Amino acid sequence: MDLRRTFLIFVPFAWLLLLFLIPFGIVLKISLSDIALSIPPYTPQLDLSAGWSGIVEYFQALDLENYVFLTQDNLYFLAYMSSVQIAFISMVITLIVGYPIAYGMAKAPDHWRPTLMMLVILPFWTSFLIRVYAWMGILSQEGFLNQFLLWIGIIDTPLTILNTNWAVYIGIVYTYLPFMILPIYAALEKMDGSLMEAAEDLGCSQTSAFWLVTFPLSRPGVIAGCFLVFIPALGEVVIPSLLGGSQTLMIGKVLWEEFFSNRDWPVASAVAVILLLILVIPIVLFQRNEQKQREAGR
Amino acid sequence: MNGGRFSWFNATSLTLGFAFLYLPMLILVIYSFNESRLVTVWAGFSTKWYGELLQNDAFLDAAWVTLKVGFWSSTLATVLGTMAAYVVVRSGRFTGRSLFSGMVYAPLVMPEVITGLALLLFFIAIGLDRGVLTIVLAHTTFAMCYVSVVVSSRLVTFDRSLEEAALDLGSTPFDAFRSVTLPIIAPAVISGWLLAFTLSLDDLVIASFTSGPSSTTLPIKIFSSVRLGVSPEINALSTIMIGIVTVGVITASIVSRRRLVRQRDDEQRALHQE
Repeated sequence: MDLRRTFLIFVPFAWLLLLFLIPFGIVLKISLSDIALSIPPYTPQLDLSAGWSGIVEYFQALDLENYVFLTQDNLYFLAYMSSVQIAFISMVITLIVGYPIAYGMAKAPDHWRPTLMMLVILPFWTSFLIRVYAWMGILSQEGFLNQFLLWIGIIDTPLTILNTNWAVYIGIVYTYLPFMILPIYAALEKMDGSLMEAAEDLGCSQTSAFWLVTFPLSRPGVIAGCFLVFIPALGEVVIPSLLGGSQTLMIGKVLWEEFFSNRDWPVASAVAVILLLILVIPIVLFQRNEQKQREAGR
Repeated sequence: MNGGRFSWFNATSLTLGFAFLYLPMLILVIYSFNESRLVTVWAGFSTKWYGELLQNDAFLDAAWVTLKVGFWSSTLATVLGTMAAYVVVRSGRFTGRSLFSGMVYAPLVMPEVITGLALLLFFIAIGLDRGVLTIVLAHTTFAMCYVSVVVSSRLVTFDRSLEEAALDLGSTPFDAFRSVTLPIIAPAVISGWLLAFTLSLDDLVIASFTSGPSSTTLPIKIFSSVRLGVSPEINALSTIMIGIVTVGVITASIVSRRRLVRQRDDEQRALHQE
C-alpha cells in the first residue's frame, strides 16, 4: 500500500471524523439523556468498569423523554411549522425577485457580463451580519423606508415592519438573493438564444415563447436556486433575532435560546436532531437534482 | 444566451435589482458619517464615530481575535481542503469513500446552529477549554469543505497527462505536484483560502458556541451591540468592512480579467506563429 496515499486520505478523513461525525454522535447521545444538574455530566454516564452490564445499563437509561417533551410543548411544533413556512415564502419571493435579474444579466451585452457578475457576487463577500443589520435602520418606525413613504405621501402613519415576519422575509430575500440569481443565470446563459427566435418566428408571442421555451430550459437553475435559499433559511438564526419580533418563531432561534438562555442542553440537542431530520428531505432531493444535472451535462 | 434584444424590461429589472442589493449598504455608509447619535436624523457630516470606534478597545481586541482566527483557520482549511479535494477527485476506491465524501459535503448544507452546538458539546466532552483554539478548530472544519469544493472543481478539469509527463521525465511525485499541479490549481487554492477567510470573518453562530469569555470575535461583539438597536459606531465599523471588501473584490476581478486577456493574447500569438 502506498504510504503517501494513505497519509493523504488519513489526515482529512481523521479530521472530519473527529470534528464532524463524533460531535454529532454526542448531540444524539445528549438528546437522549437527562440533565443531572442542568450542567454536565448528563446521566447516564458510560461506566466501562462494570463491564457488559454497565453498557446495557447505559443504553437502558437513554430514552426519548426530551423528544416526548418536544411533542408535548406546542411551541416546538409551531416553531418547526413556522420555520418551514417562512423559509418557503421567502424562497418564492426570492425567486420572483431574482429571476428577472438573472434574465436581464443573461440578455445583457457580452462585455457587461463580467461586471454584472461581480456586482452580484460582491454582497456575498460582505459580512452577512452587516447586511442584515443595514435593514434595521431602514425598516424601523422612524427608519429610512417610512420617512420615504411618508414623504412621497403613500402613507400617513409609519408602518411597523421591523420586528414582524415581514422584516424576516425581506432579510432572507436580501441576503440570499445572490444564491438564487447565480444558478438561474448560469442556466440561462448556456441557453441557445436562437431557440427563442425560432419560437417567435413560428408565431409565438414573446410572453408565450418565454413560458414555453426559456422558463422550462432554465428549470435546473430555478430548482438549484430554490434549494440554496430554502435550506439555509430553514435554520436561520441571525435574521429572526435581529429583524423578527417576539412572535417570530424560527427553530434556529428557539434552539439558540434554549441553549444560551435556558441552558437546557438535552432539549437543545433534541431540537437539533429533529431540525436535521427535517432538513434531510430537501438536502437529499437537492443532491439528487444536482446529480441528474451532472449526468445530463455529460 | 445570445440573440434577442436587451429590452427596457431587462434594463429595468437590472436597475431595480441592483438598487435593492446596494441601496441598504449605501444608506449605511452615508449614515456612518452622520453627526447625530440618532441614526435616522441627518445632522451634518462628521467622522467622529470613526474616532470613537478607534478608541474602543473592546472592538479592537475583537477585531484582532477575528483576524487571528481567520488567518489560522483559513490556512489550515486550505491545506486540509486541498487534500480532501485530491482524495475525492483522485484517490479512486478506498474503504469509507462514500462516508468521506458525505462528510466533505455535509457541512455545506448543515445549519450553523447544529454545527456550533455539536462542536461545543464535543469540546466540553473532551475537556478542551473554549478560546481561540476551539474557534479555529471549528472554523477549519466547515471552511475546509468549501475549499475542497472550489479546488476539486479545478482538479476535475485538470489534464492529468501533464503530471504524468513530469513523472515520466523523472520527477518525484512531490516535485511533480509542486512544479506542475500546484501552479495550475493555484488560483483555485487562493480563492479557496479567501473564501475560507471570509467565512471565518463573517461567522457569528458557530463562533458564539465555540468561543470562550476571553475570545470574543468581531461578529459576536457586533451582534451583542446591535441587538438593542442601531448604533453609529457599528455603522462606522460596517463602512470600514464594506470598504475593504469592495476594494478587495474589485482588485481581484481586475487581476483575473487581465490574466484572462493576457492568456488569450498568448494563445493568439502562438496560433499566428505556427
